[in-house]
Amino acid sequence: MAYPANYRYTKEHEWVEVQGGVAAVGITDYAQHELGDVVFVELPKVGAKVETGKMFGTVESVKAVSDIYAPASGEVTEANDVLHNAPEKINTDPHGAGWLIKIKLSNPAEVANLMDAAAYEAYIASQSKEASA
Amino acid sequence: MRYLPKSPAERKEMLDAIGVKSIEQLFAGIPERYRLREALKLPGPLSEAEVIDYFKARAAENSFGYTSFLGAGVYNHLRSVVTDALIQRGEFLTSYTPYQAEISQGTLQAIFEFQTLMCQLTGQEVANASMYDGSTAATEAVLMAERLTGRSRVLVARSLHPEYRDVLKTYAKNSGLHVEELPYAANGTLDQKALQSALKNDVAVVLVQSPNFFGVIESLAPLAEAAHAAGALLAVAITEAVSLGLLNPPSEADIVAMEAQSFGLAPSYGGPFAGVVASREKFVRQMPGRLAGQTTDSEGHRGFCLTLATREQHIRREKATSNICTNQALCALAATVHLTLLGKEGLREMAHQNLSKAHFAMAELEKVPGVRRAFDAPFFNEFTIELPRSVKLVNAYLLREKIVGPFVLGTAYHELTKHALVCVTETTSRAEIERFAAALRRALEQPL
Repeated sequence: MAYPANYRYTKEHEWVEVQGGVAAVGITDYAQHELGDVVFVELPKVGAKVETGKMFGTVESVKAVSDIYAPASGEVTEANDVLHNAPEKINTDPHGAGWLIKIKLSNPAEVANLMDAAAYEAYIASQSKEASA
Repeated sequence: MRYLPKSPAERKEMLDAIGVKSIEQLFAGIPERYRLREALKLPGPLSEAEVIDYFKARAAENSFGYTSFLGAGVYNHLRSVVTDALIQRGEFLTSYTPYQAEISQGTLQAIFEFQTLMCQLTGQEVANASMYDGSTAATEAVLMAERLTGRSRVLVARSLHPEYRDVLKTYAKNSGLHVEELPYAANGTLDQKALQSALKNDVAVVLVQSPNFFGVIESLAPLAEAAHAAGALLAVAITEAVSLGLLNPPSEADIVAMEAQSFGLAPSYGGPFAGVVASREKFVRQMPGRLAGQTTDSEGHRGFCLTLATREQHIRREKATSNICTNQALCALAATVHLTLLGKEGLREMAHQNLSKAHFAMAELEKVPGVRRAFDAPFFNEFTIELPRSVKLVNAYLLREKIVGPFVLGTAYHELTKHALVCVTETTSRAEIERFAAALRRALEQPL
């Protein structure tokens, strides 16, 4: 699956799409593939504060539970409640309908520090190489 | 892997690997005053014949011919020999936690049936495969509520079993939980005014026991309403599971923590028992312990497997819902066999006998001069009486008449100096109750 060029990415495999100071956050195709079938997500409530690098939720698959880290600081304006009944959207459309939360960024410049699509693809290529080594 | 002690060569290899010269050097970091410099004070080894003699002598110390009025969290109920015969089958008795679905359908089905029975009895939607005992189940219920609400203040009824409160305090000590006790009212039930004034929006859970430690049945609906109004959960602890044969299931509770000992487990020396945590389905992911689930295999047949294992320690490490890493499978199986033998009517009949006999005993004891019923709220098979003199002295007298006397409440409640908690189950005959009342009368007439 292609990694959208207008998104930014973290080493923990979250993606961010910024539009007018609000960032949509999800987990990447690579992450969903590693996790396997997602069966449950735990998301913060609207109004909750999230902080860069701190855990804000969990994604549970049939084989593991993973913490999700905030790629940037801010306040949660929306959580993707559809996922409570349809967590499989994270597997089928990780970069779109499988988004997790939207954050009103407290410092929009922060996102520029994250990887772009090309850098992220290089990063996961090196990760896979490490894993197979 | 062979279960053999380490040889000197293996010890040396391990010490070399971590760069330490000797065991002594390995322990050098332990302050001298904590080091034991002598051999453990243990008796020497015994031959097979000596071991058999030893146990025969211990067995001869058993108290045959005594009648017990002691309950307080552990209850003497009828048990069928069928239960022991079934749980002692090698497939159940000697298999260590076999959960691999391919080879463990019997064990998994038994656990699933246990969970189903616990749900039916507690009026809850999900129950786990069992906890260590009622006390750890109660603590786990509190920790579960803390995770669900994100709050850390805990209101616990003082009428919750004192040992359950101790276990909770031990867990809470270094965990950031703030445990506060709620007093009981004059009739023995939870003091609702105290509850109202303690309930703020920082309370995670209200934990009450019903029937409570004084034997008194709590009215749960108003407690649930009060807790929920403050955004808190209601957890209900049950020490006497047979009460559920008659009382309404505690379906108002968000979490039920129960001791299942009354279902086919002998009092023994206080264990092993089996705890239960049951709750609503929407809270299942915050439940401690493991769950067996019913599913369909690749050929379309009904099958059983462990579900939600991702919440457990071997996968979630420090973020697991609980540090429990086992369950009381054999005790839970005993409870399942026992309940299946009794059936719905049998359990109801057993509970009814407990209620009737306990109320007959209360009436008989009240006729004894100086004996007073302490709390006037409804009770099941335990009740509190106040005596005109020390319960300990009275119990010493009763023991000489081959009667194990009631629980001395003063040992756990400093304010209840002359109070005794009397337990009467279906195993107690009318004649024994009358003999107890007569012996109590004589004990109180004795010159001090």
